[in-house]
Amino acid sequence: MFDIIRQSLKTGIVTTRYPAAPPEVSSRARGRPEIDWAHWKDARPAAAVCPTGAISFEDANGGRLVRLDLAKCVFCGLCAEAAPEIRMTNICLCAARQRGDLVAGARYRLNNDASHERLVAPPARATPARDEPFPAERQSLEALGLELQERAAKMFGRSLHIRQVDAGSCNGCEVEINGLNSPVYDIERFGIHFVASPRHADLLLVTGPVTRNMELALRKTYEAMPGPRLVAAVGACGCSGGIFGQNYATCGGVDSVLPVDVYIPGCPPNPHALLHGILTAIGRIQPDPATLRPPAA
Amino acid sequence: MTLLPGLQVVLDELTRRFGAEIEEVRAPRPNELYLHTRPELAGAFCSALYKKHNGRLAGLFAEDARAGENVFLVYYLYALDSLHGFVLVRVPVPRDNPELLSLTNAVHAVNWQEREIQDLFGIKLIGHPNPNRCVLHDDWPEVCPLRKDFPARAQLPPFSGVRHKFRRVEGEGVFQVPVGPVHAGIIEPGHFLFSVAGEPVLYLQLRMFYVHKGIEKLFETLPIAHGVRLAESISGDSSFGHATAFCHALERAAGRPAPPRARALRTLCLELERLYNHVADIGAICNDVAFVTANMHAMRLKESVLRLNEDLTGNRLLRGMACPGGVRFDFDAGQLRALAALVDQFEKQSAELTEMIRSNSGARDRFETTGVLKPEVAANLGIVGLAGRASGFDHDLRRDFPHAFYDQVRFTVPVFTEGDVRHRMVVRREELVQSFGIIRQVLDKLPPGAIAAPIGEIPPGCVALGYVEGWRGEIFHWIHTAPGNRLARCKIKDPSLQNWPALAEVILGNIIPDFPVVNKSFNLSYSGTDR
Repeated sequence: MFDIIRQSLKTGIVTTRYPAAPPEVSSRARGRPEIDWAHWKDARPAAAVCPTGAISFEDANGGRLVRLDLAKCVFCGLCAEAAPEIRMTNICLCAARQRGDLVAGARYRLNNDASHERLVAPPARATPARDEPFPAERQSLEALGLELQERAAKMFGRSLHIRQVDAGSCNGCEVEINGLNSPVYDIERFGIHFVASPRHADLLLVTGPVTRNMELALRKTYEAMPGPRLVAAVGACGCSGGIFGQNYATCGGVDSVLPVDVYIPGCPPNPHALLHGILTAIGRIQPDPATLRPPAA
Repeated sequence: MTLLPGLQVVLDELTRRFGAEIEEVRAPRPNELYLHTRPELAGAFCSALYKKHNGRLAGLFAEDARAGENVFLVYYLYALDSLHGFVLVRVPVPRDNPELLSLTNAVHAVNWQEREIQDLFGIKLIGHPNPNRCVLHDDWPEVCPLRKDFPARAQLPPFSGVRHKFRRVEGEGVFQVPVGPVHAGIIEPGHFLFSVAGEPVLYLQLRMFYVHKGIEKLFETLPIAHGVRLAESISGDSSFGHATAFCHALERAAGRPAPPRARALRTLCLELERLYNHVADIGAICNDVAFVTANMHAMRLKESVLRLNEDLTGNRLLRGMACPGGVRFDFDAGQLRALAALVDQFEKQSAELTEMIRSNSGARDRFETTGVLKPEVAANLGIVGLAGRASGFDHDLRRDFPHAFYDQVRFTVPVFTEGDVRHRMVVRREELVQSFGIIRQVLDKLPPGAIAAPIGEIPPGCVALGYVEGWRGEIFHWIHTAPGNRLARCKIKDPSLQNWPALAEVILGNIIPDFPVVNKSFNLSYSGTDR
């Protein structure tokens, strides 16, 4: 007993200071790719090596629309090896409330050799078209933390309870979600708890492309939750179906089955990214008259 | 190609016994022997290989060869560990009314694999004791997804199907306790139906394949380079193990082995994968007996490895590191120093963790004699990997089929016969100690040179078996190449598929509150099983 206490004292505090300090991520970590849209000569090599179709293009009427979809990206960095205009950053905080906020795109005019050089439209989100940085950068982390406290206090009257459902994941996301309960990330310091039943939960944290064999269980879990309730789609597979996409055994991303309030890209998203996504989700909540029930006694 | 001397002896003996019944012999590599024979003889070959050469049936799979050879082909993969060779017995199954004699009654280990073939290829297994569906649940229409005429992206209509049959134990005071597929913890989905009388469990029925994602079919639709990323997503906690087994198969098919430095870096990554998973499991086992402090220390140690992984390879789960022909990133002197420092620190701190667990009599009381897998039961079920090694299974591909850099390092394979939760934990602890030694030896001997050698385009029609001893056990990837640098078939065998049935055996007579810790002591991958 005393030995255990001594061991803990000797170890000291290991908890990350995030979100008060920036995420503790290696400079070599592969986060989201950054594209020099204005100077990009040819999207085809990058699109060809992208395993999930996160980089894609459409040619029409002598023009080319090129897209980067972070919801599909597995951060493998193969595109950066194929195209000098792409660089991998170590930015891992990419969560967004709208699926469209994860898509960036640009229009080009095609050259005769099917490369493209001249930028017709400035880099913009494809849907809706806006010229803004990714939302993750707009949000001040401290503001998010404050928002969490306010919203959680206002909406739930107490802390946020999360029910996690693996609807088809490879278990990579589960490795990282488990990390949230470690002393290093310690999600409970925010008053956030993982609970054993959807009936106790405010937020459903869903991983994986939803498989045909899990679709019914996922729907039932969601239906068992009291309102107001939130859904977070985790990982490339949860956000978009990822490398599995839609096939005979999978339905694709979580939003093909449930309404999603926040998308947390990554393969898998690291615990910082998960924390950021969950805090983002809480800022979003709006009471839904259909699901709002009186709080349990 | 010359065969390994040991395999040549096996071939000579089988030729004497079966003569012209062996219609074709192929040895594309010295340790990989293919024999083509009649389907009726599959059982006779099985018993000949098992009785004479201790060959264990390590895998069973099919492929749709109707386009070329006008039949389905079924392969029985035997690992002859002491001879360091694999024998694959190949039998044709007619295209019309395909049927095959089941081996499950004799070899329990192939129960699920036979049913999988039945579900995915529509080959009927005659005489199977439980021929119900497993991969395709009961609400699937009649389809055979791994047949070539079935499109991978097919959208199947809703289908009500029949209700799944759960076998109930009946009698006074017997209760059924259904659990899952959505579990209470942060784990993968599966359904467990317990029948209990009072506290002890009388019977456990497993229902799996909730996370079946059509991975083997997807491999047939993707270019080989994309297949590596798909292999990383078979089981997230074994990303590097699976991707390396896949690359190993590609390299063997191409006849272009990875350069020495690549093999050394692979070994380092495989051992890092073993480190973070083993220590996380040791913690999680403690957590399931409410020894939370030990789990906190274990999670802290796991995090230190994940952060090093990120610094070495750019990804915490070692994703993006594997590539056909080698690895993608080299480690510089600073990174190698960081790795050496981590091993020193991890060794010291995991020893402290071990001592903390060992000295806690309450925790030990829960671990000892709980969930016992007797060696004879383990052998009957063909249990492999660390769970097998806690129950007398003295095999490890790193020693018996040296791959990567394992032929250049010295290590021992810890084997116990007690087979309880405690010894599955002790195997992990001992393997951690071996890993420290392996990593240090590799760092000492790290060869210079290229980290990858391009394997070029692989000709169509090649077959190859890739293998890796992952942290959980043996991982096999068997490929058959198609024109255009694509795959006609990729069979994935994760050790979890083999080991799940052990759980239904070991829980008998134990109490339900011990199920989580027993389950965690195996820590099998649902995704690796269901694919």
